[in-house]
Amino acid sequence: MDIALIGRIIPVFVQAAWTTVQISLLSLVLGLAVAALIAGLRLSHLAVLRFIGAAYVSVFRGTPALLQIFLLYFGGPQLGIQLEPFAAGAIALGLNIGAYMAESIRGGVLSVDRGQMEAARSLGFGEGQSMRWIVLPQAAKLMIRPLGVNAVALVKGTALVATISVVELTYTAQRFIGSTYKPFEIFAVTAVLYMIMVYGLTLVIDRLDRAYAEEA
Amino acid sequence: MQGLDFSIVPEYLPLIGKGLWWTVVISVISALFSIVAGMGFALIVLYASPVVRYPVRLFMWLFMGTPLLLQLFLIYFGLVQIGIDIPALWSGIIGLSLHFAVYNADIFRAGIASLDKGQTEAARSLGFGAWQTRLYIVVPQALRNTVPAVGNMMIALLKESSIVSMIGIAELVHSAQLVISETYRPFEFYLTAAALYYVLNLILEAVLRGIERKVELSR
Repeated sequence: MDIALIGRIIPVFVQAAWTTVQISLLSLVLGLAVAALIAGLRLSHLAVLRFIGAAYVSVFRGTPALLQIFLLYFGGPQLGIQLEPFAAGAIALGLNIGAYMAESIRGGVLSVDRGQMEAARSLGFGEGQSMRWIVLPQAAKLMIRPLGVNAVALVKGTALVATISVVELTYTAQRFIGSTYKPFEIFAVTAVLYMIMVYGLTLVIDRLDRAYAEEA
Repeated sequence: MQGLDFSIVPEYLPLIGKGLWWTVVISVISALFSIVAGMGFALIVLYASPVVRYPVRLFMWLFMGTPLLLQLFLIYFGLVQIGIDIPALWSGIIGLSLHFAVYNADIFRAGIASLDKGQTEAARSLGFGAWQTRLYIVVPQALRNTVPAVGNMMIALLKESSIVSMIGIAELVHSAQLVISETYRPFEFYLTAAALYYVLNLILEAVLRGIERKVELSR
């Protein structure tokens, strides 16, 4: 182990990890927005809307995230969509994780006993009101863990944007493995930074889940 | 703005088809390896002596906390610098196998832990040794009970096999890239590749449903 090298490269890698955090947060926010919309479509009364929602989920979950990134970044200009690597990566990852998160949200809503909706309706709540005030608060608790699993997968998935030269953690690791010929030192530093993010996030999700469980 | 023109796609389909074939080969081999290695890791974590158990747990923890792409870079670009030169194809297969073996191991571990203790006790009282019991009684039942969860992992593996294109393996994405470097038509060919993955995915899902039904019937 070349400790001196590790000391020298840490600042650069922390900087790169910050980019990983930024892209994770951006695509997480976008993904949650997409997921709420798609889950809404999938739970709709209209067959057309349900079909659109199901098609979105099927297409985005049925094809590799890597190709979704390439289609937007390399293929986008053919459709008049010209994006910087960072933006293209964040948007593609957000659209991708949105499909998975939509299923987590839908699963949560469907796990709430039907009787809850029926009772609320019979007490004079409207459809939307029942959803907003009775079903969703109960579903939210059930969504935390599956959404957390999605978020953890997203953090690791951000490595894919290295392929369109976003200077994040994996891209930086590849460059330094090539220039220093010290693969294990580089891997150690990179792995520690990823694991702080991944297991840190896991810890936060556990806390949230437990806090909600106690409330119930 | 260049616009789209799919009329040139058929001309390149034979080349894309070759990539598709390699995607299937790599995915099938890695899937099998990941299941065998995953069961091995699970048995080690549950039953082996601490000297073996802790290194394996450390390895699992490392591989679960880091992205596949980074692991592939380490295996392909990293190991060669300390004199271990593994060809790209095998680096890809090893990386994919190990990455998913770690997740499968977690599934198997939970599957074994949830088996009725009476199974082990009955086998032992019938004269099976400790490892005989594990291999002939525990492992088959754990495999059967975890088919849906492992199946989901294999669906992920098929899609993530696209990542091995980044170390130069001529699978589906890589062959699309080759065609694009000749035709300058990224959208058409990446979309073609995506459509082929979608079809592969449908086939895999149908196969897994078939396996699940068979397993259900054998209960």
